[in-house]
Amino acid sequence: MKPVVSLRGASLQFGKRTLWEGLDLDIRPGEFFAVLGPNGSGKTSFLKVLLGLQDLQSGTATLGDRPVERGSSLIGYIPQQKSFAPDTPMRARDLVGLGVDGHRWGMRLGMSRVNRRIDELLELVGATDYAKVPVGQLSGGEQQRLRVAQALATDPKVLLCDEPLLSLDLHHQQAVSALINTQCHEQNSAVVFVTHEINPVIDYVDRVLYLAGGRFMVGTPEEVMTTEVLSELYGSHVEVIHANGRIVVVGLPDATTHHHADVHATAGEVA
Amino acid sequence: MDADSIIAAIFSFENYGELLVLVQNSIWAGAVLGLLGGLVGTFVMKRDLAFAVHGISELSFAGAAFALLIGADIVFGSLIGSVAAAFLLGVMGVRARDKNSIIGVIMPFGLGLGILFLSLYQGRAANKFGLLTGQIVSVDTVQLQVLAGAAVVVIAALVLIWRPLNFASVDPELAEARGVPVRTLAIVFMLLLGVSVALSIQVVGALLVLALLITPAAAALRVTSSPVALVVLSVIFAVTATVGGILLALGGRIPISPYVTTLSFLIYVVCRAIGGTRAKKGINGRLVHAR
Repeated sequence: MKPVVSLRGASLQFGKRTLWEGLDLDIRPGEFFAVLGPNGSGKTSFLKVLLGLQDLQSGTATLGDRPVERGSSLIGYIPQQKSFAPDTPMRARDLVGLGVDGHRWGMRLGMSRVNRRIDELLELVGATDYAKVPVGQLSGGEQQRLRVAQALATDPKVLLCDEPLLSLDLHHQQAVSALINTQCHEQNSAVVFVTHEINPVIDYVDRVLYLAGGRFMVGTPEEVMTTEVLSELYGSHVEVIHANGRIVVVGLPDATTHHHADVHATAGEVA
Repeated sequence: MDADSIIAAIFSFENYGELLVLVQNSIWAGAVLGLLGGLVGTFVMKRDLAFAVHGISELSFAGAAFALLIGADIVFGSLIGSVAAAFLLGVMGVRARDKNSIIGVIMPFGLGLGILFLSLYQGRAANKFGLLTGQIVSVDTVQLQVLAGAAVVVIAALVLIWRPLNFASVDPELAEARGVPVRTLAIVFMLLLGVSVALSIQVVGALLVLALLITPAAAALRVTSSPVALVVLSVIFAVTATVGGILLALGGRIPISPYVTTLSFLIYVVCRAIGGTRAKKGINGRLVHAR
């Protein structure tokens, strides 16, 4: 099958710091592709490149047959859960509606057609019961379900997810990741899933891009999530433990939280 | 002045029918501004720009005062002032915190300039006072046409950018990912807001613009979260306040703005009470299934 996302010789730098370079990658329809790595390793920037919000220093990025562009209808985007103010003048169904036609000019005509589509999407993610509740009064998990519905509004070929499970409880993590998985493996969308924690989606992931310390590794979770590979990436010894189908990485460099200022000084350091 | 004469100054309905004919233009102007204020106000609330409206109106006041001083057209002067302020805020104040401090800097400067120009002005005192408190009773047909024309342009522009502006206002991060020109829309909206402020100042004056551009939308927000209902209610509230204010003011001897602001305020208080009661009862539209 033809890849829907392709990167060739892609490099991204901020100032002197190289996030990643020489990245060649093909992501196919129906593939669940996880992007892992510590804070500041360029995971979110990777998504921004695909969204057309961040230019590459070199190399190319294509979506379908065309170079990436802002506002591509091939893409659905699920952001991190971020609470709305309690008096935000928007109900659950209106949030989903933004995904349907929020980017179009003018006012909404053809109300009934749009409303039908919104109802379908709400049903799909199981949010019908709170369709008319203001978004600011919903829980984080409920909001993320709506984000999934919003992202699926245009029937995207590529679903980009930026830490969508962050700050959700276990129950909602499972519910939201199952919804994303359905879109991937049943509706045949490619999913690019940025996360710093692979376990909630470990059963769904086909391949992993692991970014760390200006280097990267692509492969199946079995290939990448090993003591050897991650130690090599981090430039220091880390231990990968498999237990009950979960993966635990022990001994990550403390630098992930400390030396932000001099990250580019040491090759193996992680920002 | 005893209580009776105070009441007579505020409410008096002698010769009401004849007066009504005389102020037809004013009533229409009030209706147009109510419509405009109600529509623009919903976005002011969504974008959290209440303070910006106040800042823009002070600079608009300075522009109008300068126009009065040099004998130029006052409407034009206030338009220049408010559009300049709105543009400045649109370009410079990207982040909310930034915006608020810039407004805090601009506002006293504008007000100070306005006072300077007014104290240099040698003409009628009523003209001075009118800038701050509004003087809609003197609207003639030509002014009404200009006002309506400008309002139509603003409303047309608003309708054209309605959906993406709404997207960018309530969910900016996603809007940007979807390719909505968030930054450009912010500046365009500030310009539309600037024109709306300048127009509203004609009715309620620089000090009370908030009653037209904030209060109706804020009141509507207390009782609904539906985007359509929000717009409808906001416009109804604003038109009720302006037209109702003018009709009440006809009888008395005092300026129009106290009536408009009081009506506006009362509507807000009632809406707030309704919203509060609903919140207490936990009514928010969620369907609860019996187990």
